[in-house]
Amino acid sequence: MKNEELQGLIGSWSPDLMFSEEGSQYLNVTVPKEELHAILFKLKHDEQTSFDYLFCLTGVDWGEELGVVYHLESTVFRHSLVVKTQTAERENPALDSVCDIWATAEFHEREVFDFFGIEFTNHPNLKRLFLTDDWDGFPLRKDYEDNINMIIK
Amino acid sequence: MTIALSITKNIHDWLYSIMPETAAMYAEMVLIALVYLGVFAIAGLFLVLLERRVAAWFQLRIGPNRVGFQGLLQTMADAIKLLSKELTGTAKADKFLYNLAPYFVIISSLMALSVFPFTQEFQAFDINIGIFFLIAVSSIGVIGILLGGWSSNNKFAMIGAMRSGVQTISYELSIGLSLLTMVLITGSLQLSEIVEVQKSGWLIVQGHIPAIIAFMIYMIAGTAETNRAPFDMVEAESELGAGFHTEYSGMKFAYFFLAEFINMFIIAAIATTVFFGAWLSPFGITESIPMLGVFWFLLKALILVFLMMWFRWTFPRLRIDQLLTLEWKYLLPLNLANIVIMALLVWHNLTISF
Amino acid sequence: METVTLDSNFKSEEYFINMGPQHPATHGVLRLLLTIDGEIIKKVEPDLGYIHRSIEKMCERDSYQQIVHLTDRMDYLSANINNEAVCLTVENALQLEIPERVKVIRTIIGELTRISSHCLWWGVMGMDVGALTTYFYGFRDRELLNDIFEETCGARLTMNYNVPGGLMFDIHPNFVKRVKDFIAHFKTKLPEYDRLLTNNIIFQKRTKGVGILSKEDAISFGASGPVGRASGYSCDVRIHHPYSALDKVTFNEALRTEGDTYARYLVRIQEMWESLAIVEQLIDNIPEGEYRVATNAVIKLPKGEYYQKVETARGELGVYVISTGLKSPYRLKFRSPGFSNLSLLNHIAVGGKIGDLVASMATLDLVIPDIDR
Repeated sequence: MKNEELQGLIGSWSPDLMFSEEGSQYLNVTVPKEELHAILFKLKHDEQTSFDYLFCLTGVDWGEELGVVYHLESTVFRHSLVVKTQTAERENPALDSVCDIWATAEFHEREVFDFFGIEFTNHPNLKRLFLTDDWDGFPLRKDYEDNINMIIK
Repeated sequence: MTIALSITKNIHDWLYSIMPETAAMYAEMVLIALVYLGVFAIAGLFLVLLERRVAAWFQLRIGPNRVGFQGLLQTMADAIKLLSKELTGTAKADKFLYNLAPYFVIISSLMALSVFPFTQEFQAFDINIGIFFLIAVSSIGVIGILLGGWSSNNKFAMIGAMRSGVQTISYELSIGLSLLTMVLITGSLQLSEIVEVQKSGWLIVQGHIPAIIAFMIYMIAGTAETNRAPFDMVEAESELGAGFHTEYSGMKFAYFFLAEFINMFIIAAIATTVFFGAWLSPFGITESIPMLGVFWFLLKALILVFLMMWFRWTFPRLRIDQLLTLEWKYLLPLNLANIVIMALLVWHNLTISF
Repeated sequence: METVTLDSNFKSEEYFINMGPQHPATHGVLRLLLTIDGEIIKKVEPDLGYIHRSIEKMCERDSYQQIVHLTDRMDYLSANINNEAVCLTVENALQLEIPERVKVIRTIIGELTRISSHCLWWGVMGMDVGALTTYFYGFRDRELLNDIFEETCGARLTMNYNVPGGLMFDIHPNFVKRVKDFIAHFKTKLPEYDRLLTNNIIFQKRTKGVGILSKEDAISFGASGPVGRASGYSCDVRIHHPYSALDKVTFNEALRTEGDTYARYLVRIQEMWESLAIVEQLIDNIPEGEYRVATNAVIKLPKGEYYQKVETARGELGVYVISTGLKSPYRLKFRSPGFSNLSLLNHIAVGGKIGDLVASMATLDLVIPDIDR
């Protein structure tokens, strides 16, 4: 399916979605965090989109907000889509887990939790993956400071 | 015909001439034990070297060749290194059993070594239940492995030990039954008698088809009995690290290691004695020089040892359930049928003898 | 397995063992927490982070030329393909026109890297199922490739041969001849692999029907590379999103449908043949031309987001760059194949024996720095 068709189809599901193709080779859609799980669920299970392959799940610190980027591909139609969501909360950020939609999300979400501190609700086993449990702070956030281990140029 | 202790006849007479009878008897036993201990150590070290060179040959390498001529002293150097190493162990190990385990393993293989007829003259202990004694003694070793694994207080060692128990109990049956098949021809358990019978043809020739089947089963079971690849479930370094001897170091580890190699030699030596006529030369070509018996015995045993090394460096390892399936579903029924066939052959005089 | 009710005096208990971080089968510092009932695996929980170097954080500080050098410390067995991924990202973002010569050389080296990685994997795979000799056979052939790489770029493992804009040096004059020699040599040696291990009855019994992964699960777990293809999931980036000179060659995607350990093994063996075919098609016609196009000393990517997929020996490597127009990326994420492949280990190992776990883990072909990054 072409990007325009995808935009038309997905845009009809919810009025709150924002589409953009600027500065990216994929179609980007920004989803409000409340609708995240429902939209992603539909993206996978709708027969016209059928995004069954989550090939990348990235946490990003946008400065003010924390966000997650989902790269989706359909192994049936071979079209791709990037879904973005963000939360303004920095103290206790929380987003819905997509483990139940794509099994690979379990590890990727643990990694994001480890480095960005984003809690994923309904995640079956949310604990730190790489760092020790008593690690202070979330290293990939832009405001993380570590005077011993980080070399700042 | 009993040929007990005849290699030491001269020493025997000399000892009895210089001291009272009881003292001479003890002195003689100690001497024989020392000789066998020496043979044991040298054979063990030599086999380790042989294994390494054979492995290197299979693996496109050269192997140890620097210490001594063609690396002959390499394993000696290793043994000295192991002797000087610190003995470490886990804090919560059952100390008594932990220290006892290596001795069980090494003593059982040392005892088995004593009954082999290296030549007509060179046999320390010609007991009339020879085969039975060998089977009984060689299965003591597993107690050492079980104890070592259990008392180390290490889960990997424990799994290894449990596997060893399962494996030895199963394959003990096949060893016993395949040897029993051959005893049907000889009609005796005494090793010297068995050799005597083979003067009219090695047993593998006399018993032809069932004997060859018995020999194949025996070699498979024997490899399993010594816990060597492809049946090295006990160590299984890619699964259990080092298996039952994970927590052993220094000389205690070396005991397990040496015992493995001696056991391999014992398995080969039993096969040599029972299937291939022990010290008898092929077609009696060197019958006039009895001392060459040692040469023939060792040659035959080493060929079988080489066969076992060949297995080890070629085959992947079985899984534990496949190991048990092989024994209980295939080898054991085959073995029982084989005994019946052999009995029929012997009954109808269908064996081949010259 | 049938369940047996035991006398209450013989309680059957599950217990934990720690497989790793130092364990022969984990090939590095991976730690697996196993829950075991006797010999049967009930749960596998990987514990990661023993060599995490925070490469993604370092990337936010470094220039793009420096980032290339970090990537071959991830999956060190496909170092060249990792380098290529970052270079392609930068070149696509800058819309640089890359000479054909560079593309062909990159593809040849990439495929040779894949063969070299699979050789090592084959050796270690044999070792994990208990056949120690395979290790030396695999390394014998890998050594020849390492010699070729060494002559080309001076390094044997972490090659750093690619730079944004092309290659660091031109190929060595001997390169073509040596690669041809290698192809001739390896064609006689690959059948040897089959004779030693593939056709062994014990090996087949150990791997057939073990660690089965269905196609749906493979996609859901994000499996890629030989792991996904053994489950019948066509996921070869080289076919679906060709890069460099891969659109000029024809080769078959190694696909199987069984999804078990043996299928994953056969897929890798077949991939070696396919890689040989790719190199053979290209080695005779390396176009003349520049080996590098000039870039600015300080590369600044235009503001935007860039994603580049490549097929490493382990599967799909993704490089996701968010640039704000500065000399360093705002955020750089590596989607490593090993990470996703590890996440399905629990799924395929539960219910098997310890030996099955080791065999299935060997066919996932995990490289721990790739997972830990």
